[in-house]
Amino acid sequence: MPWWFWLVVVFVLLAGYVTATSNRLDRLHARLDATRAALDAQLLRRAAVTLEIAASGLLDPATSVLLASAGHEARAASGDDADREVVESRLTVALRAAFDHPDEAQTLAAEPAGLALLAELEAATTKVLLARRFSNDAVTATLAIRRHRLVRWLRLAGHVPPPTFFEIDDAPPAHLAVGDAWRNVDAVDDAWRSADIDDNAEAADVAPDVD
Amino acid sequence: MKVGLVCPYTWDVPGGVQAHVHDLALALIGLGHDVSVITPADDEAALPSYIVSTGRAVPVPYNGAVARMAFGPLSARRVRRWLRDGDFDVVHVHEPTTPSLSLLATWSFDGPLVATFHTSVQRARTLAAAYPILQTALEKISARIAVSQAARRTLVEHLGGDAVMIPNGVSMATFADVEPFPGWPGDGGALGFLGRFDEARKGLPVLLAAFEQLAVVRPGLRLLIAGPGDPDEVRRALPAEVFDRVVLLGQVSDIDKARMLRSVDIYVAPNIGGESFGIVLLEAMAVGTAVLASDLEAFRAVLDAGRSGRLFTTGDPDDLALKAAELLDDPDARGALVALGRATARSYDWSTVARDIVRVYETVAVDAPDAVARRGPYGRR
Repeated sequence: MPWWFWLVVVFVLLAGYVTATSNRLDRLHARLDATRAALDAQLLRRAAVTLEIAASGLLDPATSVLLASAGHEARAASGDDADREVVESRLTVALRAAFDHPDEAQTLAAEPAGLALLAELEAATTKVLLARRFSNDAVTATLAIRRHRLVRWLRLAGHVPPPTFFEIDDAPPAHLAVGDAWRNVDAVDDAWRSADIDDNAEAADVAPDVD
Repeated sequence: MKVGLVCPYTWDVPGGVQAHVHDLALALIGLGHDVSVITPADDEAALPSYIVSTGRAVPVPYNGAVARMAFGPLSARRVRRWLRDGDFDVVHVHEPTTPSLSLLATWSFDGPLVATFHTSVQRARTLAAAYPILQTALEKISARIAVSQAARRTLVEHLGGDAVMIPNGVSMATFADVEPFPGWPGDGGALGFLGRFDEARKGLPVLLAAFEQLAVVRPGLRLLIAGPGDPDEVRRALPAEVFDRVVLLGQVSDIDKARMLRSVDIYVAPNIGGESFGIVLLEAMAVGTAVLASDLEAFRAVLDAGRSGRLFTTGDPDDLALKAAELLDDPDARGALVALGRATARSYDWSTVARDIVRVYETVAVDAPDAVARRGPYGRR
């Protein structure tokens, strides 16, 4: 075989590899966009429900003001604001402060309108937790492939800035789920759910190591 | 929501993953979703309408055991056709690291993908060898679910990334009102064991040793054992007069399993390891039987650190005998455990678990942005 034959073979293999890798990267960036958009939507929904609860007049004025201000700040800090993580964490803390005691949730649940809001809040806080996990998972996978030498040398990622983790406190309040009768049973503290929250803190510790 | 579920193992063979997919499908249909399941199956005539079969699966050695998988171009084509015809909002694959339909579906689907990881006993070396192939497919999964902490840890350690924990469900309706076998549990008390008793990690020898101790001082005490295995092994492990008080049921149907659990005062889970999730513990709690289990992480989680069921030192027959004696002598304590256990089991009811899974679907399929379905410039993927 002439030497140029091998050159062609190497070139073809290389081209195939580059094509496959850039496709993978392309798909990961798409997944990143989608999961980030989902996280954004869930955060906004949580802030909106919080504001609605604050405005409902069903809770005492002090709690209402607390929730309204935290909800407003979270809703205002949209997009890629640098302090969004701080603001969203503050909203989480405010929600926990308001609903960690079962009585507050019961007060709200006593009214039909309040019960609906409570169910919405419960769904929204859980989905924030899920969406953030999925989004950060996509970040991990994307960063892993962007670290490949060939990807860096050939600048396959183009000018897309490297994705960043979204780190907030998103542990939901303990006593939100009064909608289901069985959850009133004191014994059922959702063992797995609280376990999940613990891991979440653990996951947050672990995540930056990937970088 | 149009949901496609992918089961990698043969439908007619009993197994944890198949049971999970079956119950999830029914729960989702109950919640008003449009569900289709694709799975290998031996007997296509007996399948309900929501199931699509890819035909018989082939037995191949994988991951240290011989499992029946469906792979090859024919299966791949059937999966692709199912995906095209189904037009799903979300596709939920189970055990995507298994070389079967789940992996094929992951490979072919361009859209919101959810994956559930069940196993915790993956061989690290098998996974390492397959990793470069799996990685490309696994990267497409937007949301990963683990059924237990152990399964989640396997995932984190061997594949990287993370998963949310959503446990297995129990169908409360099946287990809530069952009758014990006639004459059980009896005045002398009864202990129960369920599982393959020739498998060392299920820990039957630990229970037998403890039962022998207890039987000497409690003349009426009986032991009920259900599950496949060789009865002679049990006979050899016990003196003849103690063996007379052991009843072996062999392999039982689902309904007999529930009745068996109801027929004893204490359900004992003496497993010594390798358990990722104690589904049987939940079933025992659902029928209203007190649970005594070894102190494994998975059991500890299900039993709420010992509140809704007692724990004993793993692999220690003396401690097992001690804790069992305490419970046998104290009907009030058993009653309290049964009440707490029922409540715990209810929180794992399929309706609850399915609702949490639907939330995952809703999170990944939010308006399914076009970006997700976007295709690369160089062909299909």
